[in-house]
Amino acid sequence: MTIVKNIGMAAVLLAFAAADPVTARDQPLPEITGQENAVLAEAPNVPPTIMRKHATKVVIHLEVKEITKRLADGVQYTFWTFGGNVPGSFIRIREGDLVEFHLHNNQNNKMPHNIDLHAVSGPGGGAGASFTAPGHSSQFSFRALNPGLYVYHCATAPVGMHIANGMYGLILVEPKEGLPPVDREFYVMQGEFYTAGKFGDGGLQSFDMDKAVDERPPYVVFNGAVGALAGSNALTAEVGEKIRIFVGNGGPNLDSSFHVIGNIFDTVYEDGGTTPMHNVQTVLIPAGGSAIVEFQPKVPGAYSFVDHSIFRAFNKGAMGTLNVTGEANPLVFTGKQSDTLFAGSAITNILATTPSGLIAPTTPAKSDPVAPGSPSQQQMDNGRAVFNQICYVCHQSNGLGVPNQIPPLAGSDFLKNSAVDAIHTVIQGRTGQIVVNGQTYNATMVPQGYLSDQQISDVLTFVRNNWGNKGEVITASQVHAARQDPIANSAVPKQSSFE
Amino acid sequence: MKAETFNTKRKAAKVNFGMRILCILLLMLSMVARADTNMAVIPQGVYHPLIRSSTDSAEIPVKVFDLDVFPVSNHDFLAFVRANPRWQRSQVSRLFADESYLKNWAGDLELGSNAPANAPVVYVSWFAAKAYAQWQGKRLPTVAEWEYAAIASATQANGENDPAFKNEVLSWYAESTATEFLPVNGGMPNLYGVRNLHGLIWEWTADFNSALIGGDSGSGLDGRLFCGASAQNSQNVDDYPAFMRYAFRSSLKADYCVHNLGFRCAKDLSK
Repeated sequence: MTIVKNIGMAAVLLAFAAADPVTARDQPLPEITGQENAVLAEAPNVPPTIMRKHATKVVIHLEVKEITKRLADGVQYTFWTFGGNVPGSFIRIREGDLVEFHLHNNQNNKMPHNIDLHAVSGPGGGAGASFTAPGHSSQFSFRALNPGLYVYHCATAPVGMHIANGMYGLILVEPKEGLPPVDREFYVMQGEFYTAGKFGDGGLQSFDMDKAVDERPPYVVFNGAVGALAGSNALTAEVGEKIRIFVGNGGPNLDSSFHVIGNIFDTVYEDGGTTPMHNVQTVLIPAGGSAIVEFQPKVPGAYSFVDHSIFRAFNKGAMGTLNVTGEANPLVFTGKQSDTLFAGSAITNILATTPSGLIAPTTPAKSDPVAPGSPSQQQMDNGRAVFNQICYVCHQSNGLGVPNQIPPLAGSDFLKNSAVDAIHTVIQGRTGQIVVNGQTYNATMVPQGYLSDQQISDVLTFVRNNWGNKGEVITASQVHAARQDPIANSAVPKQSSFE
Repeated sequence: MKAETFNTKRKAAKVNFGMRILCILLLMLSMVARADTNMAVIPQGVYHPLIRSSTDSAEIPVKVFDLDVFPVSNHDFLAFVRANPRWQRSQVSRLFADESYLKNWAGDLELGSNAPANAPVVYVSWFAAKAYAQWQGKRLPTVAEWEYAAIASATQANGENDPAFKNEVLSWYAESTATEFLPVNGGMPNLYGVRNLHGLIWEWTADFNSALIGGDSGSGLDGRLFCGASAQNSQNVDDYPAFMRYAFRSSLKADYCVHNLGFRCAKDLSK
């Protein structure tokens, strides 16, 4: 029975293998030509692109060092490292390469260590084969069968502690056909640290096992320390350059929601695989996983990159900076165009675009500056345009305002009785009690003094001659004169109260 | 249970005291130079191995035994190599000790500034440690004995669930390796009066790798110690210091000489 079952399973497996032509085992291994020593790089640097077009034997020497270094300002930690830094040295090889790996455990280290490379097809990713006592070296070899960006880490028990102390890095197996050319490549790797003290507690911090088990890290950082990629250590690039970041997540516990604020990833190779995704905002990188992200900053500035699980960025250190220099491009991004007072939610879109944005420039009314009894059609049209951009939000399109809250303009005795009061109200705003048509209102009108003299004269002429209102034309020179003679009215709001 | 342990300890202490008197008498009378008064009695008990396979026993009985209060010092070991020239640095067989053997010593019979007399002897192989113990009329403790003695905090036979004790043990790993070791006779005594089981050096045991290695990087090692697998077979996944000791021991071969690896001796408490 068992035999029959096994034969059946074997048949199924054979059929499966035959049906899947890309299974690595079906491909003949490429011929190995030559030998070279791997060029390793320390984060945020990346070794140069591999130019050769054939598989070779690559010899890698990586030394484990246990060293006490800065985790944050005034905070020291004893890191266990591949090569002396967190993250470990970046390894770059090519699909099909034969790797002869030498793991050296520094003779002054306390602990035995090993390495599990996710790029390895074999038991433990090389963990057993590379298990090494302090002061010893191990050698093993593997074939880089699958292209991609892979995490490596120490896998010695207790593995969580070895990883939590910084034992992780990235190995890139470049696909045979290579990666598309870019202008800059960077190496960024996230990891969290479980210190006995809280974030910022000074001195030499020891590993806190309970926090690690509970997944409550005081620190979540890029490249092994708070601020490792900020200030004078920030990444730099020029506007328009194509940037590729090899992003890893060492964990040991947390997933990363990697995001570059103010950039959209044109291309992402999720988990360091080979299928590109396009137009990605945030890439989820699992613990023990990676991503290749590519983007092209269009305008200069300081771009922060974060774990968008945002308390980690704000309170635990998961933040770095990419400083981009070059020409501004207002067609893509203008920067701040105005900053005005704001008194109501519905007005947002209008205020954000005035005065240089949406309001059509007014054509001076032909009748100005000497106004006859009735306004010109041009002035009414211009005034309506201003009203429909700004005033209607509160006073409503029908000019009736909001009962008990916003006084009406249609049929308003206040508006009819005093042109000067109306002008000052538009320029300076108004707050406190106001009686309109016998009814008392207690509301605030924000100043609209940023409007031009002409715009104010147009809109006031419009509201005084619409909805059945009849009033004299208000001229730009009247507005100009009112600006020179502001009313000292305590009811007028002070701008600073909104700032 | 606690009272029983306490009584055992008191009894043990009495036995120990008796032995000390006896030894001193022997020393005085027959001028036998090798004193083993610096041993503590570890009462009998049960050791629960941290990592075991399905066929290993969950409980290993530990008989009452004597354990050195202090790790062996450079001073102690110098006496040994003086008496046994084949264990001197220039004489030792490469089969029994690798090239790092006693490398912090100034010479065959000279300690020098890197090896203070009262510091623990390190850079010694398992073979050398075993030979020393035999020369002393002792032996190396088994993993079970060593771990059983080391699990005791200052006040409890089982400090496993005492966070303060565990943190103290863990704190050793927060420091990078000391350039100079503290004297072997420093530190606080544990419940049995043994010192420096934690926080000074790693220590050889008689069966340092038998529990784990099933062959040269074979299934036994790979399957049990790395990554998640070690947790699957573990009695107490929270005992990180014990994991580290297991990992350390299993990274060794008997000829290895490591900068922070020394030993102490044990002895059967004969009837």
